Amino acid sequence: MAFRRAIDFRLKTRLLTIFLELILPVGAVAAWWALSAGSTSVYFPPLSQIVTALRETWLFEHWSTDVFPSLENLALGFLVSCLVGIGLGVLLGLLPIVADAVAPVLEFLRAVPGVALLPAAILLLGIGAETRISLIVFGTMWPILLNTIDGVRAIDPMVRDVAESYQIRGLGWLRRIVLPAASPQIVAGMRTALSVGITVMVFSELSGTTNGIGFQILSAQRSFAVPQMWAGMILLGIIGYLLNIAFRGFEHVVLRWHRGMRQLARS
Amino acid sequence: MYNSMVKRAPVTEDVVSGNAGEVVLAVRELSKTYETRAGRKLVLNSIDLDVHRGEFVCVVGPSGAGKTTLLRCMSGLLAPTAGQVLLDGELVTRPPAKLAVVFQDYSRSLMPWMSVESNVMLPLRAKGMPGSQSRKLANTSLEAVGLADAGRQYPWQLSGGMQQRVAIARALAYEPEVLLMDEPFASVDAQTRADLEDLALNLRASFGVTVVLVTHDIDESVYLGDRVVVLSGSPTRIRDDVSVDLPSPRDQIETKVLPRFAELRKRILQEIRSDRASR
Repeated sequence: MAFRRAIDFRLKTRLLTIFLELILPVGAVAAWWALSAGSTSVYFPPLSQIVTALRETWLFEHWSTDVFPSLENLALGFLVSCLVGIGLGVLLGLLPIVADAVAPVLEFLRAVPGVALLPAAILLLGIGAETRISLIVFGTMWPILLNTIDGVRAIDPMVRDVAESYQIRGLGWLRRIVLPAASPQIVAGMRTALSVGITVMVFSELSGTTNGIGFQILSAQRSFAVPQMWAGMILLGIIGYLLNIAFRGFEHVVLRWHRGMRQLARS
Repeated sequence: MYNSMVKRAPVTEDVVSGNAGEVVLAVRELSKTYETRAGRKLVLNSIDLDVHRGEFVCVVGPSGAGKTTLLRCMSGLLAPTAGQVLLDGELVTRPPAKLAVVFQDYSRSLMPWMSVESNVMLPLRAKGMPGSQSRKLANTSLEAVGLADAGRQYPWQLSGGMQQRVAIARALAYEPEVLLMDEPFASVDAQTRADLEDLALNLRASFGVTVVLVTHDIDESVYLGDRVVVLSGSPTRIRDDVSVDLPSPRDQIETKVLPRFAELRKRILQEIRSDRASR
């Protein structure tokens, strides 16, 4: 019976959480819908018009021409960033002297806003997808790289002793010890990188291209198709939200041990 | 290829009484100097020590004596400034495969991202043993330390004593000739400590592994050891080498009330006291 009650209790808490999480968004949308219903303002059209525009413009007419190419750039850029950032980060993390030597350069490069490189990137790389992918890589690599370096450098000396005394070396040492030990920091860097990536993805499409979500939003604005413009922003919000949920799922699996350990330490 | 946890020949009376022939681990004129801000500090001063096959040697000394430094040099984790360590006649320059270490701080020596079973399997997988075989060996040694059912849990879900059992199981599964233990029971409560001491004795009896255990606890050293090596304060030398002629198997109650136990304990305590008084 106690078990049954525990299940009931957990279910109730869960339902309550979902309910609380829904109040604000549902309320806000309802308020927006009601308040904007009679709007005659060109800039703030009724939400019903925006939703219609969202459905007509984005679902799914521009899916393959704009939404998918944008997301493809983001995915490729993020992937390259992860590979380069984690690879280089592990290397620099294991070679503290080299890491100290390149630290000022890395900090400088990180301080350059990636989006500011758009004009230069167009000049150097042209107007193809490579330009936008490169910008996304440039914008998202730093948090991953720097967090990986920190994470690897922070590996407990005791862990190193254990690995050495049991002759855990080479790839096994990287795969079984270094990467998992640094994974909490690496994943935190990836989370930051993902949100930067979405920003850079949109911004990189504001110039030197003729497709993509960012381009569509800009051209809607320029042709005074205001509902379409707002619809594009709502679409971006939805995409960001979904990507975040997907990333949380990834984190949930990869850092299960870390979360459990922290919960235990707190209780 | 890997003889999995077959019980080796039982330890003979000869070995237990400390008269074994073959030297498995030899420390020769070992010195260690640390560079500090204040200048060079001599920590180990020409240590000579022979450990015979099958022996259980306890190294005891006042706190601040280079006990851990000595053990780290013996394990190949730390290079000595002078002298050498030989395992089976071979010079130790980095941790050899025939040797396993159990560290004091179990919470840091086990990998928190791996299950208990994976932790025990880790050194086996690293030396290329196939998954199924290493899993089997890991489970056998977890059973030997009384943790047959804990394999799927994470180490941090276990109590301190159980975590140290996992670390011991990991060392055991590695099938070393020599097991080095650095104050392995110093951070658990008294009852758990007694249990772990008996576990160490049982494992030595069933697997015939040679053990060198460093401790600051005199009672523990006499209870566990075939021999107790008494270190002086820093710079550390060997002050005495006491053969423990207590009957085996040892028992937490019976052994500790023997007059001989009290004598040995008194002798070692006096050595350490007079060492402290002379500085």
